[in-house]
Amino acid sequence: MTPSNQRSSVPAYAERLAWLEAQEAEPSADQRGRRLLVRGWAALWPKVLAVAIVLAVWQLIHVSGWKKLIFPGPGGTLADLWDQLRTGLLWHAIGTTAERAVIGFGLAVVIGSVIGALVSRIAPLRAAVGSMITGLQTMPSIAWFPFAIILFGISTTAILFVIVLGAAPSIANGLIAGVDYTPPLLLRAGKMMGLRRLSLYRYLILPASLPAFVAGLRQGWAFAWRSLMAGELLVIIANQPSLGVLLSTDQDQADMQGATSIIIVILILGILVHTLFSMADRAIRRRWGLTGTV
Amino acid sequence: MARQGNATTVTGPRQAVGEMTTAARLTDVSKVFGRGSSAVRALDRVTLEVPPGEFTCLIGASGCGKSTLLSLVAGLEQPTSGEISVSSGQVALMFQEPALFPWLTAAGNVELALRARGAGRAERRQRAAELLDTVHLDGFGRKRPHELSGGMRQRVALARALAQDADVLLMDEPFGALDAMTRDLLHDELDRVCAGRQLTIIFVTHNVREAVRLGDRVVVLSSRPGRVIDEFAVPIEHPRRIDSAPVAELAGRITDRLREEMSHDAQ
Repeated sequence: MTPSNQRSSVPAYAERLAWLEAQEAEPSADQRGRRLLVRGWAALWPKVLAVAIVLAVWQLIHVSGWKKLIFPGPGGTLADLWDQLRTGLLWHAIGTTAERAVIGFGLAVVIGSVIGALVSRIAPLRAAVGSMITGLQTMPSIAWFPFAIILFGISTTAILFVIVLGAAPSIANGLIAGVDYTPPLLLRAGKMMGLRRLSLYRYLILPASLPAFVAGLRQGWAFAWRSLMAGELLVIIANQPSLGVLLSTDQDQADMQGATSIIIVILILGILVHTLFSMADRAIRRRWGLTGTV
Repeated sequence: MARQGNATTVTGPRQAVGEMTTAARLTDVSKVFGRGSSAVRALDRVTLEVPPGEFTCLIGASGCGKSTLLSLVAGLEQPTSGEISVSSGQVALMFQEPALFPWLTAAGNVELALRARGAGRAERRQRAAELLDTVHLDGFGRKRPHELSGGMRQRVALARALAQDADVLLMDEPFGALDAMTRDLLHDELDRVCAGRQLTIIFVTHNVREAVRLGDRVVVLSSRPGRVIDEFAVPIEHPRRIDSAPVAELAGRITDRLREEMSHDAQ
């Protein structure tokens, strides 16, 4: 046994040496993959740790027995979430909510952009409605619901109306800020090139406003998402399950596990969309050379 | 003086310009910023004539209104009094900063200038490639401004200015932010670019040697308010070198004149 073992260890050593030498030369595809994995893990572990801490604190509170009858533990809640994910109802609800979010935010982008473009270029219009846009932005959108419900009834239109009112001002303001902060030097350069009025706007001012516009979109999205959730809790339409309807049903049935599951779904959806905006923002920064790394 | 030899070989619509005696003329131009007690007189009754095809360098200490003068000729600002006429409508301006659009590639920046003149897609592509080639940036068309060095960015800015096909090119300390080596290279580049074209250039700088290295004529401005106090012809054969004896000698004389003026100011 022993001699044969020793013999086999010699080629193994030689192999390892060759492997080490290979490391010093070109990194292989395998090597690059591993490096990517290491970097991915470096970005991931703090997040995993944060989630673990939250779950641990949650479990501790549960174990401590505070409001024992109604306060669910993470285990039960996650099991409940898993059960719900396997039924069609939750997915149907997510579909309805996502559809409203897309339509409402889409409308807000179109309306906000048009208003922003007009207000930024037409001085009297700016004097007239410029401060009103900022005023609208500070208005808690939930306060619009009585108005919207009286106007449109218990309908999806009422919800979309409030989403647009919540999100469009931020989007318009983002565009206006972008136009206002177009670097004067670039404007001079554009004018010297012979860009005038519409062409100046199209080829210079609009692209120059892109970073501020994306910031406005991101803020607009946050308002739209909040308005949508408020709307779905207030405007409950029969036979149209949405995340808000599920949440409201759980409230009526005092189903804490169910409610917590839906909250987790809403949280995750919000984080996903936020990540998309961050990626867009980072892509623009990289393109423009605004980051440290190229 | 090889450059002025080229000036006579003009064809086509440019001939109209060639027949004129001046490409740009400033008559008694003053510019005052602000009002009342806080008013600042940047330029005081400046009269200047630039013949077509001439490379004129404006030199003076900071605050002599050099940049203001260019803005006036470019039409970006209006004079408080006096008259400015530019024989052709087309004027291009280059700044100390490249002022490139960060969302466009190098070629995209040049193409935008062509688009502003109404050039079609195919023409834009071809002309942009040619112009980048002219400033020795072939192969860099797809780079974005932040991926280029300072000298390369200023070359793109030059290509973009040339794309406007202007007869008068205004340059506001375009190489002021570059290191000496890069600046030297760009001087050669500019010489080469000018040699093939009927370009009238007004070049602002505070570097006396640079002015003598490049210019056919050096106009000296005083500070606060800016006023033309002297001018020097530069009868030095091309190609010139910034460290050659004739350049240094003339630069020395101009520097003396500037010193004299600045000591007046100090008194």
